[in-house]
Amino acid sequence: MAGLTLDLIGLQLFAGVALGAVYVLLAIGLSLIFGMLTVVNFAHGAFYMLGAYVGLWLMAHGGNFWLCLVLVPLVVGGIGLAVERVLIRPLYGRGIDYPLLLTFGLSYIIVELVRITFGKAGFPFDTPEVLQGAVDIGVGFFPLYRLFVIAATAVILFGLWLFLERTSFGLIIRAGARDPLIVRVLGVNVSKVWLIVFGMGTAIAAFAGLLAAPLQGVIPEMGGTILAEAFVVTVVGGMGSLLGAVLAGILVGVVVSMTSLFAPEMAKVAIFALMALVLLIRPQGFFGRAGLMS
Amino acid sequence: MTSKTPRSTTLNRRSLIAGGAAIAAAPFSFHTARAQEPTIKIGFPVPLTGPYGAEAQDQVRAAEVAIAEFNAGGGLGGRKAELLVRDDKLNPGEAATRALELIENDKANFIVGSLSAAVQLAINNVTKQRGVIFNSISQSDAINEVADFSKYTFHEALTPHLTAGAVGRYAFSKFGKKVAFLTADYAYGHEMVRGFQEAGKGMGVEVLGDIRHPIGATDFSTLLPRLQSMKPDILVINNFGRDQQIALKQATDFGLKKTTKIVVPIMLFTGRQSAGLAAFDGVVGGTSYYWGIEDQLPSAKSFNDQFRKLHGGRVPSDYGAMGYAGVRTVLQAVKNAGTVETDKVITALESLKYDYYKGPQYFRKCDHQSVQSVMIIECKTKDMRNDADVFQVVANEAPNEANLRSCEALGHKA
Amino acid sequence: MATDLAFEATRQPSPLLLWATRHRVALASLFLLLFPLVMPFKALAVMILIYGLYALGFNLLFGYLGLLSFGHSALFGAGAYLCGIAIVHFGWPWYLAIGLGLLAGMVVALVIGALAIRTRGIYFAMVTMALSQCVYYLFYQAVDLTGGENGLRGVNLKTVNLFGFDVDFLNPLSRYYIICGFVIAALWVLSRILASPFGAVIEAVRENEARARASGYDVMLVRLLTFVLSGAFCGLAGALLALHLSTVPIETMHYETSGLAVMMCLLGGMGTFFGPFIGAAIFLLLENLVSVWTSHWQLFVGLAFMVCVLFFPRGIWGTLMERMKA
Repeated sequence: MAGLTLDLIGLQLFAGVALGAVYVLLAIGLSLIFGMLTVVNFAHGAFYMLGAYVGLWLMAHGGNFWLCLVLVPLVVGGIGLAVERVLIRPLYGRGIDYPLLLTFGLSYIIVELVRITFGKAGFPFDTPEVLQGAVDIGVGFFPLYRLFVIAATAVILFGLWLFLERTSFGLIIRAGARDPLIVRVLGVNVSKVWLIVFGMGTAIAAFAGLLAAPLQGVIPEMGGTILAEAFVVTVVGGMGSLLGAVLAGILVGVVVSMTSLFAPEMAKVAIFALMALVLLIRPQGFFGRAGLMS
Repeated sequence: MTSKTPRSTTLNRRSLIAGGAAIAAAPFSFHTARAQEPTIKIGFPVPLTGPYGAEAQDQVRAAEVAIAEFNAGGGLGGRKAELLVRDDKLNPGEAATRALELIENDKANFIVGSLSAAVQLAINNVTKQRGVIFNSISQSDAINEVADFSKYTFHEALTPHLTAGAVGRYAFSKFGKKVAFLTADYAYGHEMVRGFQEAGKGMGVEVLGDIRHPIGATDFSTLLPRLQSMKPDILVINNFGRDQQIALKQATDFGLKKTTKIVVPIMLFTGRQSAGLAAFDGVVGGTSYYWGIEDQLPSAKSFNDQFRKLHGGRVPSDYGAMGYAGVRTVLQAVKNAGTVETDKVITALESLKYDYYKGPQYFRKCDHQSVQSVMIIECKTKDMRNDADVFQVVANEAPNEANLRSCEALGHKA
Repeated sequence: MATDLAFEATRQPSPLLLWATRHRVALASLFLLLFPLVMPFKALAVMILIYGLYALGFNLLFGYLGLLSFGHSALFGAGAYLCGIAIVHFGWPWYLAIGLGLLAGMVVALVIGALAIRTRGIYFAMVTMALSQCVYYLFYQAVDLTGGENGLRGVNLKTVNLFGFDVDFLNPLSRYYIICGFVIAALWVLSRILASPFGAVIEAVRENEARARASGYDVMLVRLLTFVLSGAFCGLAGALLALHLSTVPIETMHYETSGLAVMMCLLGGMGTFFGPFIGAAIFLLLENLVSVWTSHWQLFVGLAFMVCVLFFPRGIWGTLMERMKA
């Protein structure tokens, strides 16, 4: 193949990891929510989109990008808390289909409300000034902002790890992801844990949306396609497994970037082919429990 | 057939609401002339919901202008025209269902509309079987080919072949001969590539590579390094709408613009507005219409003024303007023919020579393609008069049948 | 997802309901014959028939066997494409083309099913979705046969020869009744399957897999057979769609079309005989009526979903049936 050099492959790998970073953030939220609440959250893409729009609104009203990085997850996470408390909580114990259908309806509503508020057309979202431009990473020039996305994701992951490993609340979540029944038997107030997990999941989704905004601009439909891809990542990693979500996210990003190099038009189907392959060999994904939702 | 079901009383209200929802409050109403003769009904399926909602809204606005103008001019001997707007949701199945509704239920006389290749082909397949005239206002090369074409099919929009050719002829002579393509992997993208390659023949153009991406891609970071390594003079990005906005934005981020001229076959007015100047800065593209041409073109001035008057001072977008031309050509043909009878209107359309908003146009006999000018535009970076003043026209390729695919190539006999 | 009203005749409710259940196909046929007269327009009535049949086929797997597939668009789409291709490229008569569509649905179901039935729960849903996306990609790339992104055009039937009579297929009402004939036949077959011993085995596998296996049934085989049967109904629905629209959009195969089946089923009431049909009717009607009123129709569709989940937990039809039995 013409022009195929080691540098190019290296650059391509970097692009893949940066792409995977956004998948990781979305998949972690999905996986947390599924592992704890057994809710297949179809509104996750809508929260991702909402993160970008809240950021847009804050920027238009005098905020800067750095402030947004803090405020956006708080605002959208708050909305997530309200959604869990008011809409999803009445459905626990009713089977897995109900929250699925509810969040599906909710995503329609969120997207439409954004269309009504901000209009159907999209908006540009400028890359923060200090992160503009490209830097030499040894194998070629790479946009600085994408490096920032990788770094920001790493920070979030580290924070999450500390929270889960080093706090007693994190211990409950880990235990709950492994066996919710036992946790309840031990007398833990599970509904409070679930509330916070849902809020955290949506906050991380919103954070991902904000990170993605300077990469592709902002549009009400931006949560749609990425949701399907995020589900793929979650399932490949194993539903409910955080480590799985991280590894699968990066793997999917790299698979996409490598397919782009050799057969670019197949980049999209490659994700699904990968998933089919993984699940046929290992039916519960990398680190998932078997037989979930059956 | 029960054409007088209880629903028929609400029919006019229903269509009015559809139009009304789309254009907020139109300052005139459609159903004033019901008393004597039935109105001339023009079905108008466009994707009001979905990623091109804003564009579709503008198509409706422009079509309203044509309807208002026709009715103000006395209609067809007092018989007024009415626009039946339907949301096709950018889905060919939905569009076909809507076309069936318009024809079978609402008894539409003509269909004008669509905003994607697949949608227009689906509508066309429905209308041609039922002998209803369809004037398509979005781009496709396939609709002119003999397999899809019928005598009821008209194509007011540009074709990808023509647009790409015009942009290619301009760009290859100015910015260099080494060309790379980034192309959305579907008919529209492939047609654009063919248009550029055809134009490049005989100009010594060297194609370094054509990288295909899946339609609806949101990330091009994995393709851009490869394109960068080809070191082209010109990078042609053959995709549409949001794909294009993201590709341009990310190409800018990757610093491609420093070494390479970026060229797009169609540069959208609404795209420039929603993606911002940074992404589109320095990019050269083609368009069917840019309102700023009004300084040089009286017909553009008069269309823009009517549009402004009806829609609170806003200016029409490129695809929007085609909604105007698409409806007005049909209504003018009705006037010329003195009837809504299909065969006579077809004859009238075929002999129409018109200049409604962008200079002279006419429908080519063999494939009913509107032969028209293509404008080459660039982003304005300074001296903008207002928010809508985003482009400047750097060239205007005159209408010329020789730039279209030949009738034989399309499968028509001479 | 164990629902005790899944098979409506297992309890002993009022004699009227029992009578209605026994004659459910006849009653449904009567309803469907009058249906186009109350619909906003005939083409919508036909769409409801087709999507209703599609959801019904999906429900056989989801509601009765308890397997959630997200890949049914591949079965539906394969039926539509093969029927269309047979007419456009090979000039087959329409009835053979429909047969081919039905067969295509079964074949694709067999392939996807054979690979996927070993996985469980949400993983089954995702494997079926992944495989259906691969099928989507195949059809997308086979431009010469399928038209690719532009869709397949030219599935044009002017007249349909029925028992020696040429019936005008462009007439909306006759088109409705021809398609309706197929749907009623499919309803009858489905009703027979569910009432047969095999139907009982399907539900036994859903209710208690271990016990079904202990009773000597090959659970994997039951799953695969049900998947293939489901494919037959979906393939037939697809073939009818191709004839009705005279085009096959590539969107037919997209995973969103799979999601549509799930939503219709849940909306109407999964595991009930008519639920999916009712779900399809309500979904399409709502979408159609509201989208004429406002371009913000998705807001109302979303609200309707949430109201259904919160207040009609067994789906609209399922809740209704429950009320009548109580």
